[in-house]
Amino acid sequence: MQLTNRSKVVSDKNMTIAEGSYLPAVLKGMAVTLKHFFKRPVTLKYPEQTRENSEVYRGRHVLKRDENGAERCTACGLCAVSCPAEAITMIADERQKGEEGKYREEKYAAVYEINMLRCIFCGLCEEACPKEAIFLTKELLPSDYEREDFIWGKDRLVEGLEADKRIDVSKRQDR
Amino acid sequence: MDTLFLLDKTVIAFIAFSVTLLIATYSTYAERKIAAFMQDRVGPDRAGPFGIFQPLADAGKFFFKEEIIPNASDKFLFIAGPGIAMLTALMTSVVIPWGNTLTISGREISLQVSDLNIGVLYIFGVVSLGVYGIMIGGWASNNKFALLGAIRASSQMISYELSMGLALIALIMMTGTLSLKEIVEQQHGMNWNIFYQPLGFLLFVVCAFAECNRTPFDLAECETELVGGYHTEYSSMKLGFYMFAEYINMFISSAFMASLYFGGYNFPFMDSLGLSQNAITIIGVFVFFLKIFSFIFLFMWIRWTLPRFRYDQLMRLGWQYMIPLALIHLFGVGAVLLWADK
Repeated sequence: MQLTNRSKVVSDKNMTIAEGSYLPAVLKGMAVTLKHFFKRPVTLKYPEQTRENSEVYRGRHVLKRDENGAERCTACGLCAVSCPAEAITMIADERQKGEEGKYREEKYAAVYEINMLRCIFCGLCEEACPKEAIFLTKELLPSDYEREDFIWGKDRLVEGLEADKRIDVSKRQDR
Repeated sequence: MDTLFLLDKTVIAFIAFSVTLLIATYSTYAERKIAAFMQDRVGPDRAGPFGIFQPLADAGKFFFKEEIIPNASDKFLFIAGPGIAMLTALMTSVVIPWGNTLTISGREISLQVSDLNIGVLYIFGVVSLGVYGIMIGGWASNNKFALLGAIRASSQMISYELSMGLALIALIMMTGTLSLKEIVEQQHGMNWNIFYQPLGFLLFVVCAFAECNRTPFDLAECETELVGGYHTEYSSMKLGFYMFAEYINMFISSAFMASLYFGGYNFPFMDSLGLSQNAITIIGVFVFFLKIFSFIFLFMWIRWTLPRFRYDQLMRLGWQYMIPLALIHLFGVGAVLLWADK
């Protein structure tokens, strides 16, 4: 049986004089390297160029707002429970009068932290979320210098209010 | 010996010296770029456009690195080792004929620092001294790996010098002179020695790879087995000197092979172009460097193609195949010369 047409039958027969001098094999190898010499490099010059990720890529998280700009998260804690890496912590608080535009439900997350070094980007948090508040995005997690800086709070997780700062996750929603 | 003559020679020696250093510096860059291209990568591209300042950055790094001299080492020899390696590498460029003679205001200036009548022998002697740099460095480090690397380097050099010498004797029997300048002059136009002794050239190239400690014969510093080989304990610019000496050796042996077998500064149709002597000389210098660069490229091409030999394979190749082959070649050339003489 043959899986590919590249397989070769090997044998332990003695080498001929030409083969024993290794020169034909050396020249063959040099032809291979020379062929690669003129090939286009496959390098991606990372900080300047980035590879386009798929629309359903599981990158860094976002906490969504609803169409009125209110945070959807109600601090139920299901994401934290479902998280296999235990990366999510939160502290819930009660919505005060006059904050209806800021928070969608009566309860909201005063503190919502994801430790990005613990996170394994499995996407179970978004599956667990009953309010469609947390989603993974196609953006990559940027590098940083300190371990503490990888604990993302609401300042970095919640998407912006303005229409152009909203992060489109419809592809992951439809999935 | 007049002052002008001395001045000429000083200038030429200085130019040869700086060109050698410059080319050795940029060989490191070329090596990294060629390695990258052969592996479908880009290579160093951050320092300046296309990374052309990379060698300067490397040198700067070497200078600012902490210098460590092991307590148990022989301090004098430890410092002397890289110095000897560098010195012997640089000394060889003296007898290389970089070009023919230039005539400036009636005076003939030979583009060669010194036309020794034993130039080939001189290069051979100095190159053999080069192994002392490696041996002393490896021994003085007082480190098992360094010592193993040094032993390997010296036995490899001794083994391959034999067949190199035998290949060279065959060439010298044909040319009848040991002066590099005369050997190059005899290959005027397209009358290159490679066409007369292709087997000798092949033997010589293989031995030159071994002498320069280049892959597939880089057992003296094979990282996978010996940490760093003879320069395991070296750091900072001393390590830089060893690496630099290797690149200078590569450049000089390229120049040596180009002048011995590929006609040095001679190029085809040099007489029928109708140019003045000075113009031909200047073109010749460029042609010579073109040949040298092709050889350097060959060195790097082989390095990024072939894996390293095992030590017993290296010794078997050297003693059981190269030397008998070189001897047969030598006798064959002798027989042909005798027959042609009749």
